[in-house]
Amino acid sequence: MTTADVFSAPRDPYKLGHGHEPSRPHAPGHGEGGPAPTRVIVGFGFWIFLLSDVVMFAGFFAAYAVLHGGTAGGPTGAQLFDLRNTAIETACLLLSSFTCGLASAAVGARRSTLFYFAMTTTFLLGASFLALEVREFEGLVARGAGPTRSAFLSAFFTVVGCHGLHVAVGLLWLLTMMAQVHAKGFRADILSRFLCFSLFWHALGIIWVALFTVVYLWGAQP
Amino acid sequence: MSHTDGGIEDSDRAPGHKFEDEGELGASIQSYVIGLVLSTVLTVASFGLPSTGLVWGPGVPVALAVLAIAQMGVHLVFFLHVTTAPDNTNNLLALAFGVLVVGLLIAGSLLIMANLNSMFPMGEMMRMAR
Repeated sequence: MTTADVFSAPRDPYKLGHGHEPSRPHAPGHGEGGPAPTRVIVGFGFWIFLLSDVVMFAGFFAAYAVLHGGTAGGPTGAQLFDLRNTAIETACLLLSSFTCGLASAAVGARRSTLFYFAMTTTFLLGASFLALEVREFEGLVARGAGPTRSAFLSAFFTVVGCHGLHVAVGLLWLLTMMAQVHAKGFRADILSRFLCFSLFWHALGIIWVALFTVVYLWGAQP
Repeated sequence: MSHTDGGIEDSDRAPGHKFEDEGELGASIQSYVIGLVLSTVLTVASFGLPSTGLVWGPGVPVALAVLAIAQMGVHLVFFLHVTTAPDNTNNLLALAFGVLVVGLLIAGSLLIMANLNSMFPMGEMMRMAR
């Protein structure tokens, strides 16, 4: 073997690095080669965080499922829940998920007017959701059905309130995203942050689907 | 390609630090419109189902669960863009693991608490505690 052979031999004979197998160009881990785009890595990291958040919510859901019968002689879900209010809340959050998607599309196409319009709409819808929820909580507390009334109400306020807290944080994040795009433009790092924000907002929509089904619709069953 | 945004040259970026900027506004909006339509239908079905009486009473919670899971799937596919593409494999595996943990947590809690309640009814526990 000559030295020329040694130097021309592949440095990665077992394809442990980024695969370049021409036979399976589209198999997982055998993409076009090179490191994955930052968009994919940032998205994956934030996705892991979101899943951990979902696991936390699962804990609260489990607590609610175990405790929903523990009304301690107090009011039950069927007596307390106003499904019309929940339906309006659901509409707000669903539409805000859609307008957040519009903002993503606007970012992709670098249309700042559409971006600001979509983000403002998302903010207004999210804020209406939060206002409706706060009003509902106030009504419950005023009727003597606060979180200290029974195990069922403790679990209810915990799971719904935790989601509401997430929405409030999301609204703050939304405003900072608008400010950052305004000040810095569609820069690569701003786009990473916006990607994380949109994933967060859509994840809140998914958790709300579980929430209105398990807490409100099941709870309102006779 | 030497286009710049915000004063950063393409050559200054980390490899692959590039976001899709095809400028196809219509194509990306389309996915969100489909998602909105599908999830609106599913939401309306969820809220309307209990009052219509279309489903046998005791089966309503199961029907609601099915509608909710379908809607979560719609959100995942059309809003979060979870696909089976190669660059999404890790996301999909993480999601599968997350679903496993969530399932174990909720089903396990319910199973254990139901067992506990049938072995020691709540009233008896109270008396024992005294």
